[in-house]
Amino acid sequence: MANDPISQFQLSRLVPIEIGGMDFSFTNSSLFMVATTVVAAGFLMTTTANRGLIPTRLQSISEMAYEFVASMLRDGAGSQGMRFFPLVFSLFMFVLIANLLGMFPYFFTVTSHIIVTFALAMLVIGTVVIYGVMKHGLSFLKLFVPSGIPGVLMPLVVMIEVISFLSRPISLSVRLFANMLAGHITLKVFAGFIVAMGAQGALGFMGAALPLLMTIALTGLEFLVAFLQAYVFAVLTCMYLNDALHPSH
Amino acid sequence: MFVTPAYAESHATQNANTEVAGHGEAQGGGSFPPFDPGLYPSQLLWLAITFGIFYLLVSKVIAPRIGGILEDRHDRIAEDLDEANRLKEESDAAVAAYEQELADARRKANEIATTSREKAKAESDAERAKHEEALNKKLAESEANVAAVKAKALAEVDGIASDTAQAIVETLLGGKVTKAEVNAAVRDVVK
Repeated sequence: MANDPISQFQLSRLVPIEIGGMDFSFTNSSLFMVATTVVAAGFLMTTTANRGLIPTRLQSISEMAYEFVASMLRDGAGSQGMRFFPLVFSLFMFVLIANLLGMFPYFFTVTSHIIVTFALAMLVIGTVVIYGVMKHGLSFLKLFVPSGIPGVLMPLVVMIEVISFLSRPISLSVRLFANMLAGHITLKVFAGFIVAMGAQGALGFMGAALPLLMTIALTGLEFLVAFLQAYVFAVLTCMYLNDALHPSH
Repeated sequence: MFVTPAYAESHATQNANTEVAGHGEAQGGGSFPPFDPGLYPSQLLWLAITFGIFYLLVSKVIAPRIGGILEDRHDRIAEDLDEANRLKEESDAAVAAYEQELADARRKANEIATTSREKAKAESDAERAKHEEALNKKLAESEANVAAVKAKALAEVDGIASDTAQAIVETLLGGKVTKAEVNAAVRDVVK
């Protein structure tokens, strides 16, 4: 198990639950989803419990996260977009904490499963479509008809817009999933090299320093990716919500 | 690279297995876990539960609380700035009042100095005039005195001359001369 870079993504049923022939078992993934919620909500709530006028260090971290997402949303979707703040903030914090928890050795990375990221992406796209249609009715379809395009090109442009809209949930989910998956596999492969080379006598033991350095560098990179992917997910969410608020370009 | 065939293979066996055995096959080696649909319902359900709870906490507790903290701080800073501006205006006013007071005091002091100088000058002028007058009066008095004494002396010179002349005549001539005669003679001589 230890040498297989895929085994870290293996789900194991901790509490088997089956309802109507479907498997709803509480798995290690479920455990880390709970852990993500507990850590994220626990941190945000305990650090702000005092409501200090002068923030403590931890409180200012929570405030920074809040203002970071708030300014992202305001820039991306305008001040009207602030009604979606809880959604964007939840997504950002959930993905960020899930990614960061995955950086602990032997911990499971919730976001390394396509179904999880796809569900989050569909939540975003579903919000965009439902809110867009509720707010603008049929004129939400103007989203696919950019103004100022000559009539001849119109069918082509509309087709491209539709395809790009439909590919959004896929690109949004695959980007996060693939980054986390690939990063963790790479890390595991290089870490495996250390053990494999270290077992090959003195020369191999010396040579194992190279994959060790690589693993250290990759760990740093993975922390960056963990933050960056949460940021990208939140930024794209803001941009898509902007379409729901202002469909005509 | 070996993922796709392995996935395809496991997918087929997985489907066969789940139909027979239900669960317990996900741990089996060879399949690629993220593409194993057997546990998708479980992941979706638990994601919905955990993310739902997190969303509720964020929208009901966390976001309003942090937003409130930031707003309070913003208000407090604005208030403090206003207060500082007010205090600055007050202190500016106090400085202006102080300057005004100082200028007034200086002008008053000047006034007092000028008036007292003028008063002193007037007083000393009056004093001097009084003294000069007194001196002039004394001078005039003494001049008058001198003139009187001189006139008296001059008046007595005639008497002395007549007496002297009478005495001389009596002594030299032995005769008697009346005073009237002598006086006439002296008057003639003096003329």
